[in-house]
Amino acid sequence: MSKVRALVIAGPGTNRDHDAELALHLAGADPRIVLASELVARPTLLDEVDLAVVAGGFSYADSLGAGRMLALDLALGVGDALRRFVDAGRPLIGICNGFQVLTAAGLLPGALGHNSHGRFDCRWVELDAVPASTSVWTAGIDDPIHCPIAHGEGRYVHPDPSALAAAGQVALRYRNSNPNGSVADIAGVCDPSGVVLGLMPHPENHIVRRQHPRHLRGGGGTAHLGLRLFDNGVRHAKGL
Amino acid sequence: MADRHRLTIRTIDPDHRGTTIRTAAAHLGIDVPGPVEVADVIHVEGALDDAQRTRLASAMADPLLQVATWDAPASDGIEITYLPGVTDTAADAVLHAAGQLGIELSSASTARRIEFGSAVDADLADEVVRRVVANSVIERWGHGVLDPPHLDDAPGHVDAELIAVRGLDDDGLLALNAARSLYLDLEELRAIRDEFERLGRDITDVEIETLAQTWSEHCAHKTFRAAIDTTGGPGGPVEVAPLLAQLRACTDSIDAPFVRSAFVGNAGVVEFTEGTTIALKAETHNHPSAVEPFGGANTGVGGVIRDVLGIAHRPIAVTDVLCFGPTDLPLAELPDGALHPRRIREGVIDGVADYGNKIGLPTVAGAILYDPAYTTNPLVFAGCIGTAPSRALHDGPFAGDRVIVLGGATGRDGIRGATFSSATMDATTGEVAGASVQIGDPIVEKLLIDALIGAEELYSAITDCGAGGLSSAIGEMAEGVGADVDLDLVQRKYPGLDPWEVWLSEAQERMVVAVPPEHLAALQTRCERVGVRVADVGAFTGDGRLVVRHQGNVVVGLDTGFLHDGRPQRRMPAVLPTPNRHDHVGRVVADPAGTILELLAHPNISSKAGTIHRYDHEILGASVVRPLVGARADGHADGVVLADPGATEGIAIGIGVNPWYGLHDPEAMAFAVIDEAIRNVVAVGADPSRVALLDNFSWGDPRRPSTLGELVAAVDGCCAAALMYDAPFVSGKDSLNNEYVGADGQRHAVPPTLVITAVAHVPDADHCVTPDLAEPGNVLMMIGRTEVEFAGSHLDLLAGAPANPGVTPAADRDAPETYRRLHSAMRSGLVMACHDVSEGGLGVALAEMCLAGRLGAAIDELPHDDLATALFSESTGRLVVEIRPHDVDAFTTVMGPTATRLGVVTDDSVLAIAGVEPIAVDRLAEAFNGVSGAGAR
Repeated sequence: MSKVRALVIAGPGTNRDHDAELALHLAGADPRIVLASELVARPTLLDEVDLAVVAGGFSYADSLGAGRMLALDLALGVGDALRRFVDAGRPLIGICNGFQVLTAAGLLPGALGHNSHGRFDCRWVELDAVPASTSVWTAGIDDPIHCPIAHGEGRYVHPDPSALAAAGQVALRYRNSNPNGSVADIAGVCDPSGVVLGLMPHPENHIVRRQHPRHLRGGGGTAHLGLRLFDNGVRHAKGL
Repeated sequence: MADRHRLTIRTIDPDHRGTTIRTAAAHLGIDVPGPVEVADVIHVEGALDDAQRTRLASAMADPLLQVATWDAPASDGIEITYLPGVTDTAADAVLHAAGQLGIELSSASTARRIEFGSAVDADLADEVVRRVVANSVIERWGHGVLDPPHLDDAPGHVDAELIAVRGLDDDGLLALNAARSLYLDLEELRAIRDEFERLGRDITDVEIETLAQTWSEHCAHKTFRAAIDTTGGPGGPVEVAPLLAQLRACTDSIDAPFVRSAFVGNAGVVEFTEGTTIALKAETHNHPSAVEPFGGANTGVGGVIRDVLGIAHRPIAVTDVLCFGPTDLPLAELPDGALHPRRIREGVIDGVADYGNKIGLPTVAGAILYDPAYTTNPLVFAGCIGTAPSRALHDGPFAGDRVIVLGGATGRDGIRGATFSSATMDATTGEVAGASVQIGDPIVEKLLIDALIGAEELYSAITDCGAGGLSSAIGEMAEGVGADVDLDLVQRKYPGLDPWEVWLSEAQERMVVAVPPEHLAALQTRCERVGVRVADVGAFTGDGRLVVRHQGNVVVGLDTGFLHDGRPQRRMPAVLPTPNRHDHVGRVVADPAGTILELLAHPNISSKAGTIHRYDHEILGASVVRPLVGARADGHADGVVLADPGATEGIAIGIGVNPWYGLHDPEAMAFAVIDEAIRNVVAVGADPSRVALLDNFSWGDPRRPSTLGELVAAVDGCCAAALMYDAPFVSGKDSLNNEYVGADGQRHAVPPTLVITAVAHVPDADHCVTPDLAEPGNVLMMIGRTEVEFAGSHLDLLAGAPANPGVTPAADRDAPETYRRLHSAMRSGLVMACHDVSEGGLGVALAEMCLAGRLGAAIDELPHDDLATALFSESTGRLVVEIRPHDVDAFTTVMGPTATRLGVVTDDSVLAIAGVEPIAVDRLAEAFNGVSGAGAR
C-alpha cells in the first residue's frame, strides 16, 4: 500500500514542526507541514490524510497560556474536521505545545500548568509506557523511552488521575524523576478511544541513536528511541 | 469614555512568580513578610454584553488552572503596566482571540497585579516593586487599580526641524552635540558643518541624527579604523595600521580555502564541505543589558540571529557569553543607579532563554564569568551560526530595485541605540537611556525566517535593521547606488512619531531587502502566507544620493559618499603595555586537595547547569555533543558539536575568554583565548585545519592611551595567533566605552575582555570525544608543556596574587602540530576521552573528568616537579586524554614526546594524585554542582 499521508500542523511560533516531519519520514510516512491558517481555509485537508501531528513550540508566544490561542484557531476553525478525523480512528498526536493545544481544545483531558519549580526546563527524561493504556501510539512499548523535555508549562493537572488511569487514558509516566510536578508522574494521556495522544516530552528529538546524550558510552539504543511512538502511529494508520 | 472592561486572572495553585519576588527581594536584603500574590490583568475596550464577557473570559483562563473575574479586586495591590508605546504581545493575542470569537474590541492591554500581605506597608511594597519587579525603563506602576496605557499619551510632534549648523564655532558645535546626544568628535562635527556650508543650507534633524548613527562608534568602528600612534613599544614611537585593517590583512595572508566572505556584510561565511556554507557572527549588547537586562539580552540574541538571516543563511544555533558582577555583592557596595548583579544575571539569562527558546534555536555554547569590574558594566555576547546551500552571495542592490521593509511595525523603541553605545554609564543612565532599550518579539522573527529562507532568488540584497534602524540599514544598502524612500510608507505601531524617530527607531524584528519589481508579488505572497508585514517604502535609484521624504518634504538629501566616507579618520595615541615576560614566579599551595575543591566551587569554574537547563539545547535534533555530558549529564563539554540526524559531518563550536590574563598581558591573553577556543573544538573531534574565528572585543574608553594600547597589543596577539594556527578571522565586533563614572567621579572600566568563538569542521560526527572518563584501567596522558605561568590564574583569583605575579600563560609554538596529531589519533579511534586544561589548571581538569564520568583516577606522574605548578599553572596548549592500555604505544607513536603519562582511570570513585590528599568523586561533584546539586548557576 502507498505511504501513510501525514500532516504536521503548525501555528505562528510552532518551532518543532521540522523535527516532527523528520521523525515521520523515518517512520515511513509521507508528511507535510501545514499552517493552521491554511487548514482553517481548507479544513478538508484533514480528510485527505491518515495521521496528524500538532507540533511543539511557542504558538502565539504562549500569550494568555500555552497553546490556548492556537487551540482557539483549531477548535473554531476546523473543530468538525478534527472530530471527523478522530472518530474515523485516525491517529493524532500533540507534542509539548501540541499537547497543550489539544487539552485546551478539549480533545484531551486535563490541562498543563506552569512547572512546579517555575522555570523553563530542558533535560533528558525516561518515560514508561503504561501497559493498561488504550493508546495506539504506545501499544507494545515495554522498554523505557528516552527523550528530552523542553518546556515551562508542562505540569499535568487533572482532578481525578486514578479514574483517568482506570479508563486506560494515562499513556506515559515519567520514570525515576518527575521534572515538572505533574500529577501522578503523568507525561502523556490519550482520549478514551486511544487514537489521540498528547505528551510533553519530545520523542521527535530521539529518532537516531546519535541523539542520545550517552551514545558515546553505550547509552540509549534502538529500544529506547522516541521514534517508536511514530512507528506505532504510522503502523496503526496503515492498518485502517 | 469608551466601554472599558477589566479581567483579573489568578492561578488556582500558588503562582510561583510570588515566590520569585520574595526570593529576589531577600537577595537584596529586603524581608517581605507573608506570601506575595501575583495576578494577570487584561484591559479591553468595546461594547461587550455579559455573554460575550463570559466567552472571552473562558478563552483567557483554563478552569483547571485559573480563576477569572470581571470584578474589580477587593484587596489592595500594586499594578504594573507597560509605558505607552511599549510592545504588548499579550494584548495582541487578546485582540486575536476576540476576533476568533467574533467579539469586537477597539483596544486591549495587559498588566500585572502584585498583592502583598497585610504586614507589608505601602513604602515596603513600593520598594519591592521598584527594585525587583518593575522596570521604569519600560513600565509604570501604582497602587490600586491602574488605568491602561493610552497611545494618545505618547508625546511627539511630526515635523522635521531645521538646525542652524552653518557658521557654528567649536563651542556651538559641542553644544549641539550635547543637546542631541550625538556623541560625535569635534572634527566630525566640523566636517558636517563644512559640508552644509558647501551645500548652502541648514541641516535637518533627520540628517544630523542619520550622520550621528552612521558615524557612531557602534556602526563606523572609528577606533578600529583609526590611525594609531603608539609609544612604549620596543621600537619606540611608531604608527600602526588601523586595527581592522590588520585583522583583515591577517585573514588575507592566511588565504584559507574555505573562507567565502570575511569582514563584509552581516556575518562571515565559510564552506567546510562542498555544497554547504556556514554563516557565523557574534555581537555584544552590553549597554542595553545594563539598564534593562531582559530586554537588552533578549534583543541582543534577536539581533545576531538577524545578522545571519541578513546574509541569507538559515540560523541553526545560538551562543552566549555573559559577564556579571559578583552575585553576593553587599548592597552597600552597589554603585548608584546600577542594578544588582543578581538581578542583572536573572534578567539576562531569562532574556537569552526567552528569545532562543521561542524562536526555536538551540542555545548551545557559552560561558559565564564573574568579576567586580562587571558590576556596573555587565557584558552580553550573543552569537549565531547558520547554514545555506552554497550559492553566490547577493551583490545588489541595483538601480530600480524596490526598498522593502519586512517584519514588525516601527515605534519609539530603541531610539539612538547606536549612539547610546558610545555613552559612559552613570547613575542616571537608566532614566535617560530608557528609549534606547528595545523590546523583542521572537515569534515575529521566527516568521521572518520562515518567509525569507527559500526566497533567496527574489531579492538582490538583504540586511537587518539593527543599531540605527532604517537609517543605517537603508543607508548602508544605498552606499554608491542611492535610494529614495518615503517615511509615510513605513508601518507604525502608533501615531505621533517624529520623522527622525521613524528613521532611527530600532524597533526589532525588521529586515530590509532590495527586490526587483518583477519579484515583488512573489515575495508578498510568501510573506502573507506566514503573516509577515511587507512595506514598499521606495526605490534604489542609481544616483548615489540618499533621499528621505516625509509628508511630501525632503527631510534627508545626502550624498552617500559623504555619509559613508565623509567622516575624517581618527588619529589616536596609544601607550603600549609592558608586560612581564621574564619572571616565572611560582606559587606555594599548602592544601592542594582543598584548593582543587575551592576552584571547582569558584563561580567561574563551577557548574552552569542551572543556566543551561533554562536554554532549549535539543531543538532541531542536531546536538551531538551537548553543553552537558557524562554519566549524570552534569559534566561540561569543552565544545559542542552539531550535526543533522543522519549527516556524517558536523560543526563544532568552541569559546575562549579570559579577561584576567588581559589585566597582565593583553597580547598573551589574545594568544591564550584563541588557543583555548581552538583546543575546545579539537578536543571534541574537530579538524584543526578547518577552523574559522570570530573576535569580540569589549573594552574601556579607547581615548585613554593606555586602554588603546592594550587594545593594540590584543590585536597583535590575535593576528599572530591566527597566523600560527592558520585559523582566519571571518567576522568580529568591538564594543568600546564599557565604563561607568561612579558618584565618586571615579571611572570604572571593564577588564580587557576578548571573546573568541571558534567554528570548525567535524569530519565524523558519529565518533566525537567528550571529557567524561570512560573505563577503569584506561591510561590518562597529558599533552603539552607545563610552565610556571600564574599571572591571571584562577589560583590567584582564589588566594590572591603576589606583588610580582610573574608571567601570564604564553603561546605554545608547538600547539598547531600537536593538535593535528591529536586529531589524527582521534580519527584512528585511539582517544576515549579528552579535556582541555584551562582555568584552574590540571587539578581542575582531572577533577572535571572524574566527576563527569563518576570514575576515579590514580595520578602517579605529574607534568612538573613543582606540585603547585603541575596542578594549578594555566599553561596553554594542554589537554588530558584517556587511552586504552593496548593503544598507548600507537598513541605515543602518533603524538611524539609531547604526550606523557599521568596515571590510570580507577573504579574506586576517588581522585588520588601523588602527594595530594585523595578526594572522593562525590565531593568533587558536590563542590562543582553546589550544595543544591542542581548547579547553582
